[in-house]
Amino acid sequence: MSAVQLELEILRYDPEKDQEPHFQTYQVACQEEWMVLDAINHVKDEVDTTLSYRWSCHMAVCGSCGMMIDGQPKLACKVSVKDYANKKVRIEPLANFPIERDLVVVQDDFMEKLKRVKPYIIRKEEQPIEAGEYKQSPAELKKFKQFTLCINCLCCYAACPEYALTPEFMGPAALALAHRYNTDSRDQGLAERHKELSKPEGVWDCSFTDTCSIACPKHVDPASALQQLKIATTVQWYKELIGMGDK
Amino acid sequence: MELIKTDIAIVGAGGAGLRTAIAVAESNPDLKVALISKVYPMRSHTCAAEGGAAGVIKSDDSLDLHFNDTVGGGDWLTDQDVVEYFVNEAPKELLQLEHWGCPWSREPNGSVGVRPFGGMKIKRTWFAADKSGFHILHTLFQTSLKYPSIERFDEFFSIDLLMADGRCQGVVAMEMKSGRLFRFQAKAVVLCSGGAGRMFPFSTNGAIKTGDGTAMAYRAGVPTKDMEFVQYHPTGLLATGILLTEGCRGEGGVLRNKDGYRYLQDYGMGPETPLGEPVLKTMELGPRDRLSQAFWHEQQKGNTIPTSWGDSTHLDMTHLGEKHIDERLPLVRELSITYAGVDPVKEPVPIRPVVHYMMGGIHTNIDAETPVPGLFAVGECACASLNGANRLGSNSLTELLVFGKRAATNAVEFARNRNAEANESELQEQADKAQTKIRELVQRSGGTESIAGLRAEMTKSLEEGAGIYRTEETLQKTCNTIADLRKRYAGIELHDKSNVFNTDLFQALELGNMLALAQTVAEGALARKESRGSHQRLDYEARDDEQYLKHTLAYYQGDEAPRIDYHDVVITKSKPGVRDYSGGAK
Ligand SMILES: Cc1cc2nc3c(=O)[nH]c(=O)nc-3n(C[C@H](O)[C@H](O)[C@H](O)COP(=O)(O)OP(=O)(O)OC[C@H]3O[C@@H](n4cnc5c(N)ncnc54)[C@H](O)[C@@H]3O)c2cc1C
Repeated sequence: MSAVQLELEILRYDPEKDQEPHFQTYQVACQEEWMVLDAINHVKDEVDTTLSYRWSCHMAVCGSCGMMIDGQPKLACKVSVKDYANKKVRIEPLANFPIERDLVVVQDDFMEKLKRVKPYIIRKEEQPIEAGEYKQSPAELKKFKQFTLCINCLCCYAACPEYALTPEFMGPAALALAHRYNTDSRDQGLAERHKELSKPEGVWDCSFTDTCSIACPKHVDPASALQQLKIATTVQWYKELIGMGDK
Repeated sequence: MELIKTDIAIVGAGGAGLRTAIAVAESNPDLKVALISKVYPMRSHTCAAEGGAAGVIKSDDSLDLHFNDTVGGGDWLTDQDVVEYFVNEAPKELLQLEHWGCPWSREPNGSVGVRPFGGMKIKRTWFAADKSGFHILHTLFQTSLKYPSIERFDEFFSIDLLMADGRCQGVVAMEMKSGRLFRFQAKAVVLCSGGAGRMFPFSTNGAIKTGDGTAMAYRAGVPTKDMEFVQYHPTGLLATGILLTEGCRGEGGVLRNKDGYRYLQDYGMGPETPLGEPVLKTMELGPRDRLSQAFWHEQQKGNTIPTSWGDSTHLDMTHLGEKHIDERLPLVRELSITYAGVDPVKEPVPIRPVVHYMMGGIHTNIDAETPVPGLFAVGECACASLNGANRLGSNSLTELLVFGKRAATNAVEFARNRNAEANESELQEQADKAQTKIRELVQRSGGTESIAGLRAEMTKSLEEGAGIYRTEETLQKTCNTIADLRKRYAGIELHDKSNVFNTDLFQALELGNMLALAQTVAEGALARKESRGSHQRLDYEARDDEQYLKHTLAYYQGDEAPRIDYHDVVITKSKPGVRDYSGGAK
């Protein structure tokens, strides 16, 4: 339990009293096993109760604690304090989102976009429950499984240069989820989603820099989903052109 | 104060809240649903569930077997009508999730796979690798986006229920980004606000699990039920308390003490099973209460390993092989490496029991109704008495679904038959009271107590007095401490006076809720002079069906300790018997 010294430079902003965001510095003696989130919690509990941020599960699955740590979008609960031992570390809210307060950003934009890609199974006919499960082979499952792992932490949006330039861009997580449903053997909604995906702010805005996949703490690889989506979208476009546009 | 008029208000957007909302929207699209949650739905703690959800689907299984496992697992404190309904509905609900796209793990022929789980006689736990709750939650959330009648109020913190004319008519909540209070006026309210494991210092529960809804109902006069039954999961990671799912043992992981000895065989769960061939309902696949208790005894005997994060034993999965672990337990591997620096493929993982689940909660019946008309409750905040004195792993994810749907049906019926005018003036008066309470809390100055300080004392006291083993003396001490902390709560001062995302305020409210519930845990445990399931008394070691085959009800008495009362257990076909996890060995 030897101590790791951390100097946290945390962005502070309360719209009720601050004109501009500013940084506040806290010295934290951390236990070696701590994650950066534990250090922030220590500040909240013991030093400055006015600090605001989101967190919950502390096991990298709820997606609440995405923030910029030393300039990179990360889950605060998943990076060890040892990575920053004896250093000054900047903690900022996720880039590319409006700041609500301190480390809390406004996420409405993503929630809207997620809804637009229709992230649910679409079928022409529902099989009744009594008929049992839709059969799906392990190989069919494998085709889309990786893209189900997105925890919506929005680190990919903070990393995406395209989203920074063009806020209308649907962005990595929403598009990866669209692809997840398109490639699920139970789904028949490709054509319906295509309308949204083929818009200018859909797949075509992505310039394939791969930064989203590098930032993703769950190895979802949205960049590869986007590449596959571009191909599928092109195919669908041709199909519709020659009048056989269906999945 | 803003007024929102809706038909059905749901507090909580985890598995229970989302299932309820979808069920209303699907069958009654003309009814308005307000889905209120202090976090975005996908942040709800259902996301953390790893192992899976139980439901009979395979031909070697039967509803009766699931019934028997659940009733015995709960040490006969389960209501058997509830269990029967549950096991019947479970497969349909899990299939429904499959139809909605849940990525369940599959068998080679394309049917859903099932895995063994503790206390279950047959493999019946549906799983999506070791991220089952995560996938269930996201499937439900994404599916809910289909329904226009569901209006979400994300990051709205519920404060109090609104009661008038003997029924529940709404809820007051604060919009977290603005600090504005909203009065939700509803024909029926469904609480789906999750558990309260954060009352304890070492827990698998996320920060949001502070029992808010349970405390709201309790303050409004609804009794809590069986709060003294707190589940310790046997395998938590040191330092963080992060869960390593029971699936680890289902897949063949074993528990070893400091000498590498598989100690469970000494506690009525033997004989030792061959490595890599787990036998259902014995050894590592015994129930959670028994496994956690065995740890405690090993600790007393000096057979545990001292560490700077407390004593531990080992969960050994090294014989499973990298391929199997990566396919079935990828999250477990990632969590062990990230948070404990141990790769389970190569080394045994240090673990110890950790507070995991509240069997108790808001008193509800088979219809998900509370005793107050118009108020329903589902999920971990509720106690429908499915889980009795010890929940079997993988029953609660299914419970969210089965009773979410049931609550929806009944809440709809209640709302449809309720054309009586809302008592507007009374409701406004109560909402104003909530506003005054908040204002007073924020503006109070000169207090000397801190939220973190009181919280630490509460969690320590519960662990010491109401942990895996309890006695009159330790419990009495905890009761006194909690009563004292509730008084001292009046002396906290908030330093954050902002209206915008004031987490100082939310933490204060959460602490108040936890303190109220902590008292029901300790007082309920003190009054129950027997040992049953997760409630183990060193001074009353036997189960006492004569006196205590009853549910504990706790009624709020303001600043005083709760009034304790009892309620009959529903027994239909299974007479209380012996819980046998020895594999029929002896
Ligand atoms: C680590 C872990 C692993 C588990 N694994 C399994 C498993 O494998 N199988 C199984 O069956 N069970 C498992 N469980 C148990 C199970 O996951 C939970 O009991 C269940 O998910 C609870 O769901 P819920 O919908 O009741 O609550 P939650 O998912 O916790 O949701 C509660 C909701 O209430 C809202 N809320 C709370 N307070 C307020 C307030 N004041 N105002 C507004 N909204 C509020 C929250 O925002 C949230 O949306 C596990 C539990 C844990 C902790």
